[in-house]
Amino acid sequence: MSTAVPGLAPEVPLALPTPVERVLPNGLSVTLVRRPGVPIAEVRLSIPAAHADLAVADVLSAALFAGTESATMTEIAQRLQGVGGSLGAGADPDRLAVSGTCLASGLSELLDILGDILVAADYPEAPLAVEQSRIIDGLSVAEQQPDFQVSRALDARLWGDHPYGHQQPTAAEVAAVVRDDVRALHASRLHPDGSRLVIVGDIDPDAALAAVEKSLAAWNGSGEPRHMEPLPSLVPGPVVLVDRPGSVQSAIRIAYPAVGRTHDDNAAQHLANLIYGGYFTSRLVMNLRETKGYGYSPRSRVDHSPAGSVQLTSVDVATEVTAPALAEVVSELRGMAERAPDEAELDLARRYALGSVKLATATQSGIANYTSALAACGLPLSWLAEHSERLRAVTPADIKRVAAERMSPDGAVTVVLGDGAEVTGPLSETAEIEVL
Amino acid sequence: MTVATIPAPAFAIETFRLDNGLRVVLAPDPGAPVVGVAVVYDVGMRSEPEGRTGFAHLFEHMMFQGSHNVGKAEHMRHVQSAGGTFNGSTHIDYTDYFNLLPANGLELALFLEADRMRGPAITEENLENQVSVVKEEIRVNVLNRPYGGFPWLKLPPVMFDTFPNAHDGYGSFGDLEAATVDDAQAFFDAFYPASNAVLSVAGDFEPETARALVERHFAGVEARTAPVLPSFAEPDLTTERRESYVDERATLPAVAMAWRVPDPVTELADFLPYVVLGELLTDGDASRLVERLIHRDRTATAVAAHATFMAEPFASRGPTALLIQAFLPPTGDADTVMAAVGEELARVAGGVDEAELGRIKARVAAQLLRSDDSVMGRARRLATAEVFHGDARYATRFATLLGEVTAESVARAAEAMTQNRRAVIEVVPGGNQ
Repeated sequence: MSTAVPGLAPEVPLALPTPVERVLPNGLSVTLVRRPGVPIAEVRLSIPAAHADLAVADVLSAALFAGTESATMTEIAQRLQGVGGSLGAGADPDRLAVSGTCLASGLSELLDILGDILVAADYPEAPLAVEQSRIIDGLSVAEQQPDFQVSRALDARLWGDHPYGHQQPTAAEVAAVVRDDVRALHASRLHPDGSRLVIVGDIDPDAALAAVEKSLAAWNGSGEPRHMEPLPSLVPGPVVLVDRPGSVQSAIRIAYPAVGRTHDDNAAQHLANLIYGGYFTSRLVMNLRETKGYGYSPRSRVDHSPAGSVQLTSVDVATEVTAPALAEVVSELRGMAERAPDEAELDLARRYALGSVKLATATQSGIANYTSALAACGLPLSWLAEHSERLRAVTPADIKRVAAERMSPDGAVTVVLGDGAEVTGPLSETAEIEVL
Repeated sequence: MTVATIPAPAFAIETFRLDNGLRVVLAPDPGAPVVGVAVVYDVGMRSEPEGRTGFAHLFEHMMFQGSHNVGKAEHMRHVQSAGGTFNGSTHIDYTDYFNLLPANGLELALFLEADRMRGPAITEENLENQVSVVKEEIRVNVLNRPYGGFPWLKLPPVMFDTFPNAHDGYGSFGDLEAATVDDAQAFFDAFYPASNAVLSVAGDFEPETARALVERHFAGVEARTAPVLPSFAEPDLTTERRESYVDERATLPAVAMAWRVPDPVTELADFLPYVVLGELLTDGDASRLVERLIHRDRTATAVAAHATFMAEPFASRGPTALLIQAFLPPTGDADTVMAAVGEELARVAGGVDEAELGRIKARVAAQLLRSDDSVMGRARRLATAEVFHGDARYATRFATLLGEVTAESVARAAEAMTQNRRAVIEVVPGGNQ
């Protein structure tokens, strides 16, 4: 007996909410989105921080909520807890990002707390020292994680002296940070001009805007704006082997340049990435996981950052199949131009991409994250609707051209982290290797 | 100090049962044009047979390898071609399969779940392939990283004596490699009848339409008797149990402590104070153990407490535990940390301030609400509430029930966490080579 798989009901169009946008007199850009659903508010604040010292920025992020001149860390945490809230901060080479959530009814309280901290964070000596130690302890653990280890090696190999080449401070760098460094970074860089606040949730945008104006009006001043220089050209070379003695898996990473979100080829690149390794039905997953059983989650993604874009393949495989797995990845990458997808393969990826936009914007946290990430590249949420239209127009010929121009293992940087004693021999039979 | 009034989520919930015993939950919400479809089977790692550790999880993988009208990898292809995503997950007491799609993919998802509810199409080749995939998953999540399986795989064998409660649910490579197609068929026959499952649909749909589609696709699934859930009961500890192991990739000492708690289903009212207690101890910088261990004593670098081994208090059965785990600075001492934890538990036992309790309840409610933000999370929570608590509507009541927990009951819970009832696992770092 065979039953036909049911088709789809008529497509439901993408329905993006219309954000309320304001720029406050102090220069802060505010984006508010009413999205009924659960009575929660999501808050994202992004502050430009290009060329901030990474270790200092990490300590600042960890100790941002550790006290002001008038409130202790515990008092701040209790106020947040009272509205079901939490606030956290993190730093990357481009920005300091504060992320939070609370019951929608407590939004004005959360904004008040945020306003106090931005104006008066004091980084008291005792909690600052605790946070500094915790970062160092956390780094010692992270440095044993294969993903962290290989990312660090890959960033350095890809970008060298560019700030993206060193995205995680060392324990020694963190240990050298003193309170005055943190206070100086706050004074010079934590300013509303150029910063963006995104609030999404079951909120009244007018009331939320009034609360933002009340709580963040005192946040002021402007530091010297620093711009992130574009990524340097990527220089291909031998496979870099990072030795991790005893590793029972090898982490294979292959990176090559990609175009940015506003480039004419972006939609084709998006779909080409999906077909190659960007979703479960991709060539990479079907081959390495479902046919060969080499790895649990082989994948490829396009990373768009303010300084540039890169396409990255990540495959973690058993040590004994490292060399054949790398050969398969290279073959699939080459195959994107040599065995270019037909209309059916393209259409499957296209339908997945169009649906993904709907899924990603179906939640409050998804809209908050997407709005914030797009804004970092200077794009509004409505860009997703335009991008969806461009996805519809991509042809197999576009995919073949984009793959031939950009998805070549010959133009890529490859880093493998694994047990050198086991994998060096097999790898060097097919590739030139540089042992790090 | 503002303590917010705790709001309740506002979406309708409809439940019914098909003749074959399948329980169905519908939660329409036109908020976004997407739909979440989850099927939860009332079988988890605790039910896998001896000599077949990891089998519940391996079987979950096999449910993606094709069924009567769906070829290998086609489930994924169909869902993704509808613009959707899918996954499955295996837990101690249940296994779930879930799909999130644009709203026009509802019937497709129902068809796919119904097709595999009639039985997966398992071949030697697919089984061998997925044993390899699962081994790589275990290498990523357990073997090739520091603290792999700590404490959720490492603590149960210290605390429990019987195979269902104590064994490694991810499985040994030997047991995984020994699995056969016949084992899979037997597991399906025993634990995967429609009467042992809950189907849950949340999101943008008309209830009448969805009901008709559910009946169209699931009514024909064979009626079979649900398995009788065995008792997994074990006596509580009367003397402390303590073990340690060396983790070659760990750089910091770590310790996890656990105490048996009342049954999360049959003794829910007595269990809830432990959920609140976990938050009171470690949620945020205002919590008791973060203040004490991290900021005052500086004897821990991270600390977390949660009720049940996989931190899912409303999707677990007994016997289970409240866990407190701490990562220590490199020179830290587990006994010092455990002594301080004991002192803090004694302080809680001495009385809890109403204001503090109110703040914690607001926080717990916000976290529960946030898990309903996605219709996928909502569908899964509704389904597990139906499986474990017999009514999907419980999923929207937990915040209120937690709000009714008294200061006195939290104090009593802390008082019961004595050293003689404690199971402890310590990680000795062998890393930093």
